[in-house]
Amino acid sequence: MEKIAALSAEEIAEIEAEASHYEQKQAASIEALKVVQKHRGWVSDESIKAVAELLEMSPAELDGVATFYNLIFRRPVGRNVIMLCDSVSCWIMGCDNIAAQLKGGLGIDFGQTTEDGEYTLLPVACQGACDRAPVMLVNGELETHLNEEKVRKILGSTE
Amino acid sequence: METPLTKNIGTDKTPPDLKQYRANGGYRAAHKALLEMESGDILQLLQDADLRGRGGAGFPTGMKWSFVPMYKDREELQRRPKYLVINADEMEPGTFKDRLLMEGDPHQLIEGIIISAYTLQAETAYIFIRGEYTRCAELLTKAIAECREHGLLGRNIMHSRFNLDIYVHTSAGRYICGEETALLNSLEGKRANPRAKPPFPQVSGLWGRPTVVNNVETICNVPHIVNNGADWYKGLSLTGDAGTKVFGVSGRVKNPGAWELPLGTPVREIIDKYAGGMQDGYKLRGFLPGGGSTNFLTEQHLDLHMDYTSIGKAGSRLGTGTMIIMDDKTCPVGMVLNLEHFFAQESCGWCTPCRDGLPWVEHILSEFEKGRGEMEDMEILNRHTHLLGPGNTFCALAPGAMGPLESALRYFREDFEAHIHAKACPWSR
Repeated sequence: MEKIAALSAEEIAEIEAEASHYEQKQAASIEALKVVQKHRGWVSDESIKAVAELLEMSPAELDGVATFYNLIFRRPVGRNVIMLCDSVSCWIMGCDNIAAQLKGGLGIDFGQTTEDGEYTLLPVACQGACDRAPVMLVNGELETHLNEEKVRKILGSTE
Repeated sequence: METPLTKNIGTDKTPPDLKQYRANGGYRAAHKALLEMESGDILQLLQDADLRGRGGAGFPTGMKWSFVPMYKDREELQRRPKYLVINADEMEPGTFKDRLLMEGDPHQLIEGIIISAYTLQAETAYIFIRGEYTRCAELLTKAIAECREHGLLGRNIMHSRFNLDIYVHTSAGRYICGEETALLNSLEGKRANPRAKPPFPQVSGLWGRPTVVNNVETICNVPHIVNNGADWYKGLSLTGDAGTKVFGVSGRVKNPGAWELPLGTPVREIIDKYAGGMQDGYKLRGFLPGGGSTNFLTEQHLDLHMDYTSIGKAGSRLGTGTMIIMDDKTCPVGMVLNLEHFFAQESCGWCTPCRDGLPWVEHILSEFEKGRGEMEDMEILNRHTHLLGPGNTFCALAPGAMGPLESALRYFREDFEAHIHAKACPWSR
């Protein structure tokens, strides 16, 4: 049980609540990783071991799951995570220009975090808001009808 | 014009709570189904109504359900549970209809699930919802809690002796989760690789149990069919394919959005009347009728009826019914490159043609965009549309990815060639 100690009582309770919905505990693996990420920002090797033990999986199998799903972060991310939609409707509506503005403004490329740990910038697939393109997620919140001015405002307000 | 699926969805974006939903006639169909109808009656009704899946493939819903083994008593169900799984993993590029239905009227989906689970004799249902749809997940969780409190979920629903629990399962990305057998693996907490078929999920699905997977919009139709009957449902359509459909338009139109319209509404009417026509200074060159994995159609197809049959005959698919418009200032090669990048990235990596073929296609298209395309690349691309086509891959992802490529090579060949001759992208901006 020593490794499970790497999880807080709150995390364990939330994970067990999810696991109770299924015939087999492993079914809660993705939700469990999301619980850990909600509390810690990302999923470390230690967390993988602890969650695997709780859900009676091998750490290797859980890591296989963690690395498959793009919304699970296996590396630390910035305090603000910006995910810009790069799929077709947003592309037609000019998301390349928004990408250039974000990269230039933050001084980082996709997949990177600013040196001060403030921002991580990632591309993301279609967000199902194509009628309001281009769009991005800022800390999970959908921002729509992006243009230069709006992006400048959003970057200002998350600081 | 009747709009049963969206009648409760207002512009203020606040969905009706249980009380309001009931005041608008909600849960009447569930009451009728659970207390007055046998499972077999409802199945027959759906078959008579010709309801077809709204997730993209258009498979007849009644037929899908008819493959589920039916039990004689509850003991059998305890030995071998059955499951209903709602596919709310809306990730087809250009598609934004299920979000509208879940954010706009969550109780409609819950009522559809209650009736469907009763019909299938399933006592547990999961809503598999994409990770980014956090508002949908919150609203559905709230609606489920309201139902539990008022005896619409849980044990002995409406004194019918039918029991049902619904759980919201939030995912964490990856388009392949929308493929129904990959979705089941994901729901079991595994990597979302598709499974070999047969056995089909109706016989051996979640944890090897009989399981039905249906799209959100499909299930939202069920209460209305129970309330109003099969003839009414067929009468909603303008053509032979029954019902209404939530259609959508994105791209350079004046009023992008989604509207519930009769199946069979002409493409031109959807674009001109509802989407407001093209933005000033832009002309339509082509469109993907039902999401990123459907084949391009062009101006000559604008008078087609938007239904499964007409769009299928024209060489494309109705898909999700949400169109993406390609305008004359958008490079067709660039647009296909964007789509193939998506599909290459979202391949689960399980089978070789998809895992290796899609990145190769993406690479060749990016060479065109950099002005390094050659005439023989046209033939290589064309060959890939066969190599990655139906029958050569484990699931429908790669064949779907070849739809826009194959059709672009036919309709926009001169644009590909212009890249070769100019040694650059003529649209480069």
